[in-house]
Amino acid sequence: MKLFKIRGGVHPDDRKQLAAGQAIEVLPMPALLHIPLQQHIGAPASPAVRRGQLVAKGDLLANGQGMISAPVHAPTSGRIMGVGSYPAHHASGLSVPTITLKPDGEDRWADHIQGVDDPFALDADAIAARVAAAGIVGLGGATFPAAVKLNLRKKYRLHTLVINGAECEPYLTCDDRLMRERSADVIDGIRIMAHALGVERIVIGIENNKPEAQAAMAVAASEHANIRIARLPTRYPMGSEKHLVQTLTGRETPARGLTADIGVVVHNPATAFAVHEALRYGYPLVARVVTVTGHAISRPRNLKVLLGTKVQDILDYCGGFKVEPERLISGGPMMGQPLPSTRVPMVKGSNGVLALTADETNVRDTMPCIRCGSCVQACPCGLVPLEMAAHIRAGDLEGAVSRGLMDCIGCGSCAYVCPGHIPLVQFFNYAKGDMAARGRAKQKQAETKRLAEQRTARMEAIKAAKREAMAKRKREMAAKKKAEAEQAAAPSAHAATPIAETLTAETPAETEA
Amino acid sequence: MSIETPAAQAGPFAHEPVSISRTMGLVMLALLPATVFGLWQFGWPAIYLFAATIASALVFEAMSLRVAGKPVRPFLLDGSALLTGWLLAMTLPPWAPWWIGVVGSFMAIVIAKQVFGGIGQNLFNPAMVARVALLIAFPLEMTSFVVPTPLFSAEAPGLLQGLAITFGGQGFDAFSGATVLGHVRTELGQGHELSVILPGLFGPLSGALGTVAGSLGETSALLLLLGGLLLLYKRIITWHIPLAMLATVAILATLLHLYDPERYAGALYHLVSGATLLGAFFIATDLVTSPVSARGQILFGVGCGLLVYVIRTWTSYPEGVAFAVMLMNACTPLIDHYVKPRIYGRDRKGSPIEYADDAGVSR
Repeated sequence: MKLFKIRGGVHPDDRKQLAAGQAIEVLPMPALLHIPLQQHIGAPASPAVRRGQLVAKGDLLANGQGMISAPVHAPTSGRIMGVGSYPAHHASGLSVPTITLKPDGEDRWADHIQGVDDPFALDADAIAARVAAAGIVGLGGATFPAAVKLNLRKKYRLHTLVINGAECEPYLTCDDRLMRERSADVIDGIRIMAHALGVERIVIGIENNKPEAQAAMAVAASEHANIRIARLPTRYPMGSEKHLVQTLTGRETPARGLTADIGVVVHNPATAFAVHEALRYGYPLVARVVTVTGHAISRPRNLKVLLGTKVQDILDYCGGFKVEPERLISGGPMMGQPLPSTRVPMVKGSNGVLALTADETNVRDTMPCIRCGSCVQACPCGLVPLEMAAHIRAGDLEGAVSRGLMDCIGCGSCAYVCPGHIPLVQFFNYAKGDMAARGRAKQKQAETKRLAEQRTARMEAIKAAKREAMAKRKREMAAKKKAEAEQAAAPSAHAATPIAETLTAETPAETEA
Repeated sequence: MSIETPAAQAGPFAHEPVSISRTMGLVMLALLPATVFGLWQFGWPAIYLFAATIASALVFEAMSLRVAGKPVRPFLLDGSALLTGWLLAMTLPPWAPWWIGVVGSFMAIVIAKQVFGGIGQNLFNPAMVARVALLIAFPLEMTSFVVPTPLFSAEAPGLLQGLAITFGGQGFDAFSGATVLGHVRTELGQGHELSVILPGLFGPLSGALGTVAGSLGETSALLLLLGGLLLLYKRIITWHIPLAMLATVAILATLLHLYDPERYAGALYHLVSGATLLGAFFIATDLVTSPVSARGQILFGVGCGLLVYVIRTWTSYPEGVAFAVMLMNACTPLIDHYVKPRIYGRDRKGSPIEYADDAGVSR
C-alpha cells in the first residue's frame, strides 16, 4: 500500500538479532509474586482481597476505580500473603500499594473463567465491558485502558483500526515473536477489536526489519480482505502512533488531539492477543511477553512472565549477567526507564528488560551546544530542541512552552544524535514536570481564591440578611409605635405632638446601634 | 546488584557514535586535500605560517580557558581551536609573516570566540573575524600574494630561505603576483574590458586545479569541492547552504554576464576564483554561526551568495566572502527567530490543523 513520508527520525542500530531468534518461553513459576495495584494510566485499583485469602488464577484482586482505570487479577492460584506496599516498577523506586501472592504451584484457573463462543455476536458495549473486566491495557508500554479506547466510537467517526506492530525501539522483539508465533490469535483479537469499534478497514503496520512477522501476519490475514499489511520503513520513531497514522494515511493528527480526530484508533498486537484471550477463553490479563536482552545478559530471551514476577527471577532464568551492566532498563533504550533495582515486579506495561554495557549506552561527558542542528533534523515533531533546551537552562520554561515543548513526544531522537551528548530529554521532562506542578499550584491557588471569595460572599450575605432583618424589625416597631401613638392620640384629637412622635421613633434605633 | 541509584536519568540509553571532536575531525579531514595542495604549491613559507597559526590558536585557546576557569583538556581536545586556526591559515596569503598568523589567531580565538563565551557561543565565524580584522589593519601584508612555486622545484625557497621569509621579514618581490580577482578588479577600474584582461590570466582549468596565485588554501576549487562532498556524505553539513550560496552567485553572474560580457565575468569565473568554494562548504556552513533550520539555511546561503557577488562586483574590495559571511552571521539569530520548521499537527501559524472534511469527528 502507499505510504507517506514523515519528517525527522533516526536510524539507531536495532540490535534485535540478540533476541529475535528466541522463541517465546514460559518462565517457571516464581516463589512469590508482587502485584502492584497501579499498572495502568489512571486511578489505582482498590484491593478486593484480604491477607491469608486463597485465590484461584484469574480471581479479581483489585477493582478498577473510576472512568480511566483497570482491575488487577491473580496471575496464578495461591495465598494472599499481604496487601501492603512494595517498590514500584518505576525509576523512582518508590513503594506503591501492592498485593503479595504466594503461588501454590497448581496454577489452577478459577471456575468462573469462561469465554464466549462467538465474540462477533456480541455488541460493541459487551465486548468493551469484557475487555475492561479483563484488566486489559495498552501493552505497547503506554498502558492506557484498552476498553476506553474501544469506546471512542461513541464520540468520533472512526474508519480504520491500525495495529502498531512497528516495534521501532531497538532491542525489543516481544511483539515480533508474538506476531510470528501466535499470528492467528493476534488476527482474531484484531478482528474482535475492529468489530467493537465498528470499523471495516484494518491496517497492520510492521517495520521491514521484521520480515518473518510480516509474512506470518500476511498469511494469517489472507482470508480477510479488509486487513492489509503495511511494510513500514525501519526508522525510529515509526511506532509513535501519530507518526504511524501519518505514514499510513498522510494525515497529521491535529495538535493536542487524538488519532481518533482523523478517524483512526491504534492498538498494539500484544493488546490484540490479550483481547483474543479475554473474549475466547475469558482469561484476564495476568501475563505478558517480555524481551530480556542486552549485551550484558548471558542468554537473551523472549519470556512469557506472570505479572508480579520479580526482575531478578527473570534475570536468573536468563543466566544472569555476563558482565556488570552499565544500565538496567525497563522498556526500549530510547524511551525506557532505568530500573532502580532488580527486586521490582514486572507489570502490564513492561515490554523489555535490558542490561546494557558501557559500549551500548555510549555515555560521554556533556559538551556545550554547537548549534549543529542535528536535533532539528532528527525531531519528528518539527521542533527546535536546542532552542527549547536553551530556554529551559535559563529558567524560562514559558519560553520553552511557547516554542512547542508540549508538542514534544519525548521520543529522544534529538538526544540520540546530539554530538555534544546533551541530555535534551532530561531538560524537556524536567520542564514538563515543572509546568505540570505549576499548573497544579495555579489551580490550587485559584480554587483557594474561589473558596475564600465564596466565604466572603457568604458572610456578606449573612450580614446583609441580618441588617435587612434588623431594619425590617425597626420599621415594624416604628409602624407599631406610630399606630399606638395614633391610637392613643385619636381620642384626644391633636394632643400628640410631632416631637413626641419623632422621639418614640428614634429611641429603638439608638439602643440597637 | 549495584544499580541502586535513585538518580533517575531520562533516556535515551543509546547514542549515535558521534561527538564534537568527531565533527571537527571530519571537517579537518575534508580540508586536508586542499591544504596539502596549498602547502605543496606555496612551499616552506606556507608550511611555517600554517604551523605558526595553528600553534598560536591552540596556545590562545588554552590561555583563555585557564583565565575563564574552564577545564582546559576537554575543550582543547574538542578540535574546535585547531579547526579555527586551520581555517584562518587557509585564508592567509601563503608567504605572510608569522605574526600575521599569530595576531589572526588572537583575534579569532580570544576576541571572536572566547570573549563571547567559548565554543558554541560566538555570533561570528572566528576565522572570518580574524581575516577581516587583519585585512583592515594590515592591508599590505594581507594582499601580498605570490605565484605558485611548488616544493622542491628549482625556484622554490628552501628550508632556511623559507624561515627567513616567514620569520625574518625577508622580501619576496621577485615572486609576487596578484590574485585573479584582484587583478581583474584593478584592470576593470582602469576601464579595460574583460575580453582584453582575461585571456592569459584566467583559464577555467587553472582556476579549478588551483595553480594560480591566491590564499594558502583557497586556490584549488576541485579539491575544496571534493572536501565539501565528503562533508555532505558524512552528514556533517546539509546541501542547503552551499547549494543556495553557489547557485545565487552563479545565477547573478550569468545574468549580468549576459547583460554586459565586457564588464561582468561569467559564473565559472566566480565559482572557481577566490574563496567561493571554501566559503560555501567550510565557512558559511560553520555550524555555530549559521541557522539551524533547513529553510533558514537556504535563506542564509542566498544572502551569502548575493553579498559575495555584490562586494566583488561593486565595492572596492576584490574579494567578499569574509564580509558576506560575517554580515549573514549577524542575521542568523533573526533568521532562527522567524524561520522555524512547522510543528507537527499545527499549521504555520501554530494553530492545530483543521481538516475541511472533519473526518472522525461525529456531530
